[in-house]
Amino acid sequence: MRFQQIDQFAAELKADTRAAVYDGSKKGHEKRTKLLFDEYADPDRLRRIAGEVKQHVVENLDTYLPQVEAKLKANGVIVHWAATAEAANQAVLGIMRARGATKMVKAKTMVSEETELAHFLEKHGMEALETDLGEFIVQIDGDHPSHIVKPIIHKNRREIATSFEKNGLGAYNDDPQTITRRARHFLRHKYLEADVGLTGANFVSAESGRLVLVTNEGNSRFCLAATKCHIAMVGIEKIVPRDYDLALFLNLLARSGTAQELTVYTEFISGPKSPTQPDGPEEMHVIFVDNGRTEVLASDCRDILRCIRCGACLNVCPVYRQASGHAYRSVYPGPVGAVLSPLMMGNKFPQKADLPKASSLCGACHEVCPVNIPIPDLLLRLRNRAKEENVPSPGTPPMGAWAVLASQPTAWRASLFGGKIINYLPTKLLPIPALRAWEAKRSLPAWRGGEFRKWLKTRKGRADFSPPASSRAEAKKAD
Amino acid sequence: MPDYTTELAVMRQMMGSRDGLVVFSERLALVNGIALTDPVALVARLRENKWLHGYCDPALWPALAPHFGADFKVDTTYDRKRVDDYAFGITRAVGAIAETGTIVLNDATTSRRLGALTPWVHIAVVERAKIFSDLPEAVAGLGQDTNVIWVTGPSKTADVEGILIEGVHGPGIQIALVV
Repeated sequence: MRFQQIDQFAAELKADTRAAVYDGSKKGHEKRTKLLFDEYADPDRLRRIAGEVKQHVVENLDTYLPQVEAKLKANGVIVHWAATAEAANQAVLGIMRARGATKMVKAKTMVSEETELAHFLEKHGMEALETDLGEFIVQIDGDHPSHIVKPIIHKNRREIATSFEKNGLGAYNDDPQTITRRARHFLRHKYLEADVGLTGANFVSAESGRLVLVTNEGNSRFCLAATKCHIAMVGIEKIVPRDYDLALFLNLLARSGTAQELTVYTEFISGPKSPTQPDGPEEMHVIFVDNGRTEVLASDCRDILRCIRCGACLNVCPVYRQASGHAYRSVYPGPVGAVLSPLMMGNKFPQKADLPKASSLCGACHEVCPVNIPIPDLLLRLRNRAKEENVPSPGTPPMGAWAVLASQPTAWRASLFGGKIINYLPTKLLPIPALRAWEAKRSLPAWRGGEFRKWLKTRKGRADFSPPASSRAEAKKAD
Repeated sequence: MPDYTTELAVMRQMMGSRDGLVVFSERLALVNGIALTDPVALVARLRENKWLHGYCDPALWPALAPHFGADFKVDTTYDRKRVDDYAFGITRAVGAIAETGTIVLNDATTSRRLGALTPWVHIAVVERAKIFSDLPEAVAGLGQDTNVIWVTGPSKTADVEGILIEGVHGPGIQIALVV
């Protein structure tokens, strides 16, 4: 392999797909910024505090999880714990079999993507239908979502119209409104025939045991209005301490995810339906899923567990925009995926160790994160881990020579001077593949090695930049 | 755990000293919802669009029936088999949120979850005195109901090429009748 997997994928991406992903993600990002800064005096403070609240939860999961379990049980909810994806899927299957259920309607949940629940249930003779429009299209196409909020950001209307036609949902018509209406008509009867509705949860309040679920399409509400049994698959990190915190997080989630002030449907569920309400689930199950999360918790990257899955870091990331989500070969693409996906691989970490390297560390992901996750720092920690585990890194030029030069001042100075030779060499002809690939699209700037040092030594007002006297004295002592 | 006041999560310069209903109507319009205060205007709109068959919460119907003409067919029981027949559904809301143009439904107050969801037009009847200012206030007022849902405008998606389409699985028209 000439390049790392993610680079290889990006290099081979269709121009159409790249354009669709680029436009979609850029639009989302720009609207988000405008909303936050127009509407809050200090939007940065919101996300800093939200980050602190979630970090507190992550650090105290051992006390919050039993608290939530007790609360849910008191609310009449049946609680299950699943250490692995397989265990989570088995729990769902067990619930369905116990009820004699064969048909499930599914709202969008990333955890069920992790466990590949729909495939699993289909293999066991159950119908498991995705109801989010994007996820539905992904399902009938046998594709995978490429964005955590906009699953079909990589598809255009022509591709969708073609697959609707192939799946018997009407003659070819690529008008987005027609596509949506056809899905509406097909799916509404499916909801009403279904036995079980499956959802995730965006937040779970430890104080009240309320599950909070946000959607725009109303599909999760339909799942919970038409069926008699609700199963929620929830990652163990989804907890917030109090109901009080929900307003803060809901404000941030909608703005960060889809540049809305509030999602259309925001549902607070604390148990099975009220006795007086004719519609909705009489039975409610919550399956708390670990699936690698405790490994993340034990690592030096636990901050990533704060993530509320808004997708803002995907939208802003220059690498995501060029590479698209599928390049990450994971349920979670983009910057959050570059941290989370390799970590969730456990001892198969090397298989995804290329992801943290596919970043220019520009810091945009950290800047937009509604829970202030220092993603670039975490990427560096994972790069370090890959180095320590001697994971090969194809396509990356060897840095050994640079390391020698950079750690010896004399050699460094000599190389700064000697580097001038590059100005006179026909670099396009040099047999270094990485350099040639780079030069194919850009030209190398002129070598100015040593200029900065020269300027630093001769500039006026030097004292302004010198370290304080005390630290200079300490440095001297250390010498 | 960090402590903060809920003011942090309130949009600046939104409410001020303004009336809740005014802000609510304005914000609902921004998400393509419609706020009405007069049942006559509601009936006119339904008739104009030929939305003549619908479901109405039996508790609301006695008060609303005099405004509806004989050209309407309104059922006070919801039949799941006739899901495609109902053009509109009228249910009670337990409150509203001004800041976001949101209506609040719960299990105890809303007659049928499906009645508020499956018809093309949903009309939520909400009392003017029950308009919360902002999200923190509405969260504090969630109460004991087992299922509370905030609905902000018509159901929508932008999954296909980022183009906004209203009326995906739920209503394409969201009306709040404030009384």
